[in-house]
Amino acid sequence: MKPIDLIEVQEQIDAFAGKKVFIHLETTNGAYANHVNEKAYNVGAFIRNAQVTYEHGKIKGAGAAYRVGLKTENGWVYAEGLNAWELDDKNRLLMAGHDREGRLMVSLEISETAF
Amino acid sequence: MEKHVVVIFPHPDDEAFGAAGTIAKFRQEGVPVTYLCGTLGEMGRNMGNPTFATRESLPEIRKKELQDACKVMDVELKMLGYRDKVLEFEDLSKVSDHLKELLETINPTLVITHYPEYAVHPDHNALGAAAIDAVSRMEESTRPTVWAQAFMRGYQEILGKPDVVQDIRPFVKTKVKTILCHKSQAQGVLGNVTGEELTEENMEAIALEHFKEETFYTWNFENI
Ligand SMILES: [Zn+2]
Repeated sequence: MKPIDLIEVQEQIDAFAGKKVFIHLETTNGAYANHVNEKAYNVGAFIRNAQVTYEHGKIKGAGAAYRVGLKTENGWVYAEGLNAWELDDKNRLLMAGHDREGRLMVSLEISETAF
Repeated sequence: MEKHVVVIFPHPDDEAFGAAGTIAKFRQEGVPVTYLCGTLGEMGRNMGNPTFATRESLPEIRKKELQDACKVMDVELKMLGYRDKVLEFEDLSKVSDHLKELLETINPTLVITHYPEYAVHPDHNALGAAAIDAVSRMEESTRPTVWAQAFMRGYQEILGKPDVVQDIRPFVKTKVKTILCHKSQAQGVLGNVTGEELTEENMEAIALEHFKEETFYTWNFENI
């Protein structure tokens, strides 16, 4: 993955707009958060292969923390903390936020085929 | 002496951190070892440091790391095909049947798995419970011994001292080599385990210094 470039990622988000797409959306601080630090909570959520169509989507933010919002017919898809992206060999838009140690904290992925 | 040892853990790298020294010891004695690995660690958070994996490329990367690790330990590998993080939501009676069938084919004298409810990660607890359930339903005459591994904070205060303490110092090189096969995970997990600031350069030395023993509880089937 490479650091997010606002213009490049916006182009990719636009390319999937209006299409039936599959979404992988995830946030996590790991199954060991509380094991490693008694005061921490284990928190995470993911949805894999949710099918949505978004009318439009935007990427916002600066530096190393970006937000993406996708406006669907009945609601929104939202992710915060993204800082890396790639279009993989299956033409899927992968976006992720990694912490200083390279661990994944958040992930939003868009694909025309199921993950 | 054991005739065949089966290790049942859910993630590629559980075998390395939890039992690679013990496994190496069995292999040196000529005992065959089979690793039944539940998932490919698809939902792992460590992506290498600096990151080289993505959520989508991670399973293939970890599969290769797992195969390399099994080569280092010289053990047979069977991947069970469950998915990381959601194992506990599977029909665990089916998982138990699956394991029982495999165990009846392999016919081990010893099974190593996680101690249910004392192994921190929900996948560890779920697969450990399924494994123990599978063994408990085997014919008593062919039923293997089970060594269960616990590491939840404060586990010894509740369970007492583990009765199986393997001095793995003679095998620590193999253990660390096995851990380092899991390139995407090694640095992150070693950092947690040792509590040290690790770099690619210092982690091997720190790991070699850190690991001294692997401990297990012999499961008492009278209790269930
Ligand atoms: Zn694990």
